[in-house]
Amino acid sequence: MLDDFFTRAVIGGIGVALVAGPLGCFIIWRRLAYFGDTLSHSALLGVALALLFELNVTFAVFAISLVVSMLLMLLQRRATLSSDALLGLLAHSALAVGLVVLAFMTWVRVDLMGFLFGDVLAITSFDLAVIWGGGVLVLGVLSRIWHPLFAATVNYELPTAEGVQPDVANVIFMTLMAAVIAVSIKIVGVLLITALLIIPAATARRFSASPEMMATIAAIVGVLSVWLGLLGSLEWDTPAGPSIVVAALGCFVLSVLPVPGMRPGLKSALKTGDRSSASAAQDRPHSSHH
Amino acid sequence: MLIKLENAGIYRSDRWLVRGVSMNVAPGEIVTLIGPNGSGKSTTAKMALGVLNADEGHVHRRAGLRVSYVAQKLDVNWTLPLTVKRFLNLTNRASKSEMEVALSSTETLHIANAQMSKLSGGEFQRVLLARAILRAPDFLVLDEPVQGVDFNGEIALYKLIDDIRNRLNCGVLLISHDLHVVMSTTDRVICLNGHVCCSGTPAKVASSDEFKSLFGARAASGLALYEHKHDHEHLPDGRIQSTRDAPNSDAPNSDVGIQAADETGEAKIDA
Repeated sequence: MLDDFFTRAVIGGIGVALVAGPLGCFIIWRRLAYFGDTLSHSALLGVALALLFELNVTFAVFAISLVVSMLLMLLQRRATLSSDALLGLLAHSALAVGLVVLAFMTWVRVDLMGFLFGDVLAITSFDLAVIWGGGVLVLGVLSRIWHPLFAATVNYELPTAEGVQPDVANVIFMTLMAAVIAVSIKIVGVLLITALLIIPAATARRFSASPEMMATIAAIVGVLSVWLGLLGSLEWDTPAGPSIVVAALGCFVLSVLPVPGMRPGLKSALKTGDRSSASAAQDRPHSSHH
Repeated sequence: MLIKLENAGIYRSDRWLVRGVSMNVAPGEIVTLIGPNGSGKSTTAKMALGVLNADEGHVHRRAGLRVSYVAQKLDVNWTLPLTVKRFLNLTNRASKSEMEVALSSTETLHIANAQMSKLSGGEFQRVLLARAILRAPDFLVLDEPVQGVDFNGEIALYKLIDDIRNRLNCGVLLISHDLHVVMSTTDRVICLNGHVCCSGTPAKVASSDEFKSLFGARAASGLALYEHKHDHEHLPDGRIQSTRDAPNSDAPNSDVGIQAADETGEAKIDA
């Protein structure tokens, strides 16, 4: 079954979408919509450095992504410029530095189109192992840091004051993002990974009453987009990556349309969300009050 | 002593936001911080909480101190699906019944399932307070808790804060938006303007005619006036001039103007 390139594309794409959904929610909540772009742009610098020092490309991209995310965290702490300005600054500087470094290496030619759009149809069995193995790991770590990370997303100072350390969760989250971007860029390209981070999460918001619900729905929407996009690309012979993004966009447009029959569904969705969060609260052990 | 600040200060962007602040909060004590905008009230509170590390001086917190913080600015935007109940457990693991008790005490039980982004200003503040109560803190820090709350709501919130103090015997550090009117049960008032300008107890004038004419008889139970006794004034360029042995006691009009501006907290440039 895995011999078929189309099947591999579907399984790989679904793997990326499952991870990108929940991570993308945090990106949206933290107003870091351009974070994915920033990391992707800086990835080119990673590619350049990898070629220059003969390093593993994925590792170099991961390292550069990590440096850029930590830089962003430090600059945000200083809070002289707003986050979007900082992201723009880092994104375009890193891209430009990457291009300049590449230009010095006259003996190298980088396929920029491949870098931007990747090629889901060229996913190998090894890539599948990396996507799913890494994906399980990333989701596992994310669920472990979920509580402090979410608290830090609502407000940074409040958990700090109350003894929940947000810094550790923040650094781990940035590392996860850098890892996901580094692995995905080579396989699915910049455009697809950033789109799979943002669009499904944005689509999920309208149907979600709790953060956990939004993360789940975002993952489902992502999977749906990959499936529909790849089917469409097969049917109409369109490029695979962009077709997935178009499918995701279609889901988003449907989610914002004022459908008359939508109301009861939304209400029941809200109720389920409440019940699940309330029961989750009851399941947890009681804290010790002094 | 729950927390103790000794000559503490925060230095940012080439200037001292606050400096030389010494204060402490004991269990069961309410300390109110007042001062004009940008005078370093929030900064001082964050220093006491350990959110900001003092660049000078010392901050001591009792080991194992259980803190609740009602932050001044909390932006829950629409993209964040967050119900009131879920928000209550942001840093807690409280049971449903505990949450209901906390919500009832701030009269917000009816909005338990509402989205935080849909709440009005007053509702939002009361939910913040409910969350703070839920943690059963030893030390409760409230940064302008009555913002967006109407006058009667303000009296009710102050009464609630007083009840919490009595019930939990927790220390309370309250930042007030008002320069002259404070909670009547405040034990100590500290006036900040980059440094501690003055401190003392609120005047027991709540029953005076002047107070009643200003705030109405109903307010008398909850509010009190604080009379400032400064021995210096803040000049527009940020310098601080002592008024005890000021050479120009027959001050020209402009100086009177500065003093008035200082009192109302407007047109102030801090050092």
